[in-house]
Amino acid sequence: MERMPKWADVIVTPLISLALAFAISALVILAIGESPVEALKVMVEGALGSSYGWGFTLYYTTNFVFTGLAVMVAYHAGLFNIGGEGQAAMGGLGVTLVVLALPWPHWALALPAAVVGAALFGALWALIPAWLQAKRGSHVVITTIMFNFIAAALLNYVLVNLLRPVGSMDPASANFPPATHLPKLSDMALAFGIDWGRNTPANIAFFIAIIACLLVWLLIWRTRLGYEIRAFGKSEPAALYAGISPVRITVVAMLISGALAGLMAVNNVMGEAERLVLNAVEGAGFIGIAVALMGRNHPLGVFLAALLFGFLYQGGGELALWTSIPRELIVIIQALVILFTGALDNMVRMPLERLFLTLNRKRG
Amino acid sequence: MALAGATGTAPAIELRGISKAFGPVQANRNIDLVVPRGTIHGIIGENGAGKSTLMSILYGFYRPDAGEILIGGQPVTISDSQAAIRAGIGMVFQHFKLVPNFTVLENIILGAEDRGLLRHSLSRARGELKRLAEEYGLQVDPDAAVEELSVGHQQRVEILKALYRQADILILDEPTGVLTPAEADHLFRILRGLKDEGKTIILITHKLREIMEITDNVSVMRRGEMVASVRTAGTNPTELAELMVGRKVLLRVEKTPAQPGAPVLEVRGLGMVDADGVERLRGIDLEVRAGEIVGIAGVAGNGQTQLLEILGGFPEPGARLQGEIRLNGTPLPLSGTGADGRARRAAGIGHVPEDRQVEGLIMDFSAWENSAFGYHDAPQFQNGLLMDNAAIRADAADKMQRFDVRPPNPDLAAKNFSGGNQQKIVVAREIERNPDLLLIGQPTRGVDIGAIEFIHKRIVALRDAGKAVLLVSVELDEIMALSDRIAVMFDGRIMGERLPASTTAGELGCLMAGLEPAAAPATSGGTE
Repeated sequence: MERMPKWADVIVTPLISLALAFAISALVILAIGESPVEALKVMVEGALGSSYGWGFTLYYTTNFVFTGLAVMVAYHAGLFNIGGEGQAAMGGLGVTLVVLALPWPHWALALPAAVVGAALFGALWALIPAWLQAKRGSHVVITTIMFNFIAAALLNYVLVNLLRPVGSMDPASANFPPATHLPKLSDMALAFGIDWGRNTPANIAFFIAIIACLLVWLLIWRTRLGYEIRAFGKSEPAALYAGISPVRITVVAMLISGALAGLMAVNNVMGEAERLVLNAVEGAGFIGIAVALMGRNHPLGVFLAALLFGFLYQGGGELALWTSIPRELIVIIQALVILFTGALDNMVRMPLERLFLTLNRKRG
Repeated sequence: MALAGATGTAPAIELRGISKAFGPVQANRNIDLVVPRGTIHGIIGENGAGKSTLMSILYGFYRPDAGEILIGGQPVTISDSQAAIRAGIGMVFQHFKLVPNFTVLENIILGAEDRGLLRHSLSRARGELKRLAEEYGLQVDPDAAVEELSVGHQQRVEILKALYRQADILILDEPTGVLTPAEADHLFRILRGLKDEGKTIILITHKLREIMEITDNVSVMRRGEMVASVRTAGTNPTELAELMVGRKVLLRVEKTPAQPGAPVLEVRGLGMVDADGVERLRGIDLEVRAGEIVGIAGVAGNGQTQLLEILGGFPEPGARLQGEIRLNGTPLPLSGTGADGRARRAAGIGHVPEDRQVEGLIMDFSAWENSAFGYHDAPQFQNGLLMDNAAIRADAADKMQRFDVRPPNPDLAAKNFSGGNQQKIVVAREIERNPDLLLIGQPTRGVDIGAIEFIHKRIVALRDAGKAVLLVSVELDEIMALSDRIAVMFDGRIMGERLPASTTAGELGCLMAGLEPAAAPATSGGTE
């Protein structure tokens, strides 16, 4: 069957899906007696209308890039890692242990160590499901989701019993020392004399996310490992024929995936909260699934989709703040976007393919 | 051009000026075809000649860019497969479209359930099935799960499915590719029975012998065009083969006598028990010398697949192995990382696997990515930490040109090439590495005659360069034409070895059926 041009597949399909999601969201907003136009205005202005809004949008974007890349890498190996939530939570533990372990003189020294800690803990959390899948055939979908709960319970225990400073009533780690605080994007802008996004959480981890996108692209399409990951993901019998070990690829791909999810902690734990709190991930691990799906499992797409979800998060927060639209509605909008861009993707693509087919026939 | 068949009545199918292009590729160009009612009509052509496209148009998978379809004299528009079924067309695909864990009956009513509850359709189908079975000799247990049926019986279910939908015109795409000779004979009997009942049958195949044996008329396609439609009785295989490829073809393989050297592959007492506890290989002893082609004949499923997989380094998971394999005198491990496909390649074994679409190629990968598959570790494809994609692409373009892969576009995904061209990509990859031992399984399955000839020449050239070749094929003709020595496998054993010059297809057939040569009738004539 002829396919439509690639640009249409990559750009037009998600845009139409998005428009449909927004159209139905508008109906829901109408149904509760609010103005969809007004709501959209609040969202756009709140998320993109000021450098303050952008500062938050990019912060959320950074989270979603990491978890989106995590899902993407596993997907290329034919694995569905929905344990980003737990892996990111464990990444937070890794960051916290690294930052609190030594009296770091400067953030520039603490950051690489924190990156390693976050990646290592995230990867290790993915290792057990990966091993079970590779050796025992226990499906990663099941095991990773169970590991999310285990991670939550484990962090609960660690925070309450081990990391909580003596005398504190708050189940959270000690505040990170000021020397380890990561520069915010606003600080960096200020260094160039630009007043941008003051008091917003977007920080240097945003650039790490961009670098991660680049490295993941290189990994998947330019390295031998990426080639083997893709080959295994497309056809396991072929991988066996070529001498690519399924155990090795399953484990390595899941380790990379877990490490990417864990890296999110550099942004939210080290860059924003500057201590480890309960439930620091706040569902970003699951958003990563939608981000990867919508981003067509390509780093550029993941980045753009993460930006969209960053906008939805920040715009949604604004909506709850400034209008009488309840916060739950934003969850509905996000759900609709996920539904249309992820689950109902073919609903849009197939008519579109047919349209292009007809156009082609008329032209030729 | 008088075709055999009923005159005076409108033809079952008439195509006028059908054209279909996929982007720049003109798959069908101005095709005219007349299929008289109540005849068996063969359509032959190389892979990529446009047969499948044409049949897909008839079955409503593609819409033609131009042209007319007449069924029984009436112009029709076939917009989808439902419309094709309404027009009385039934299709039996090369790869069956059956639900493996459904029963025969459930498969037959699938898509034709006509009430809310299945009970009614099932009982109606049961009666109908009984009638069809009696009428056409299409016996099959209606309550058996399809996955438990043999391939031949699964094919019958496909035919029954079409007949249940009241098909008057039956299209069969390469129906004997998966059948044993006995099953193929039975199929032909069924087809003749259907013809006698007035059904019209279109048979797409690349086996000239089948065309000669069963068809009334035959149409030849070449590069998207219909080059001839003739009475089968008025033609011969050589003429058809020439029409098909547009030049003289050798139906025999030209080769000089083998000059066998030292043993390259030595297999001693190789046994295998699969994960289900079934003994697949029983004490295989085999030797392949340098400069010789050893062919393994046998009906599919007698252990040839397992033998190739073990030698190639990927026995099915959970299998228990015993015995010894030596390559150039050095023992090869049977299990562990030293026994995987990578290690086998490093040891000097090239492998064209039996199923190129599942094992030999990643169908979604481009041709250039596939052309390095398995050799992606090779130093010349590395650029520091990264892969040297430019080098791989250049290498692929070069191989594609030398192996005449069409279209010679390395960026095209493997799935977009025809079967023969896909196989050339695999063969080029494995042969060009100049392995000491080439394992090659079903080298020409689903491959057109032009490519068959090409691939055979390459195999012989490799042999002449002093390499060892182990050939597994279910095509006895191919084994006989290509091999310097023939080993016959039956039920996981080597039944015996023969020299092609001093054996007959009949003798090999007996061995393939598990009969000891002594017990075989002395005068079981050849198949030529």
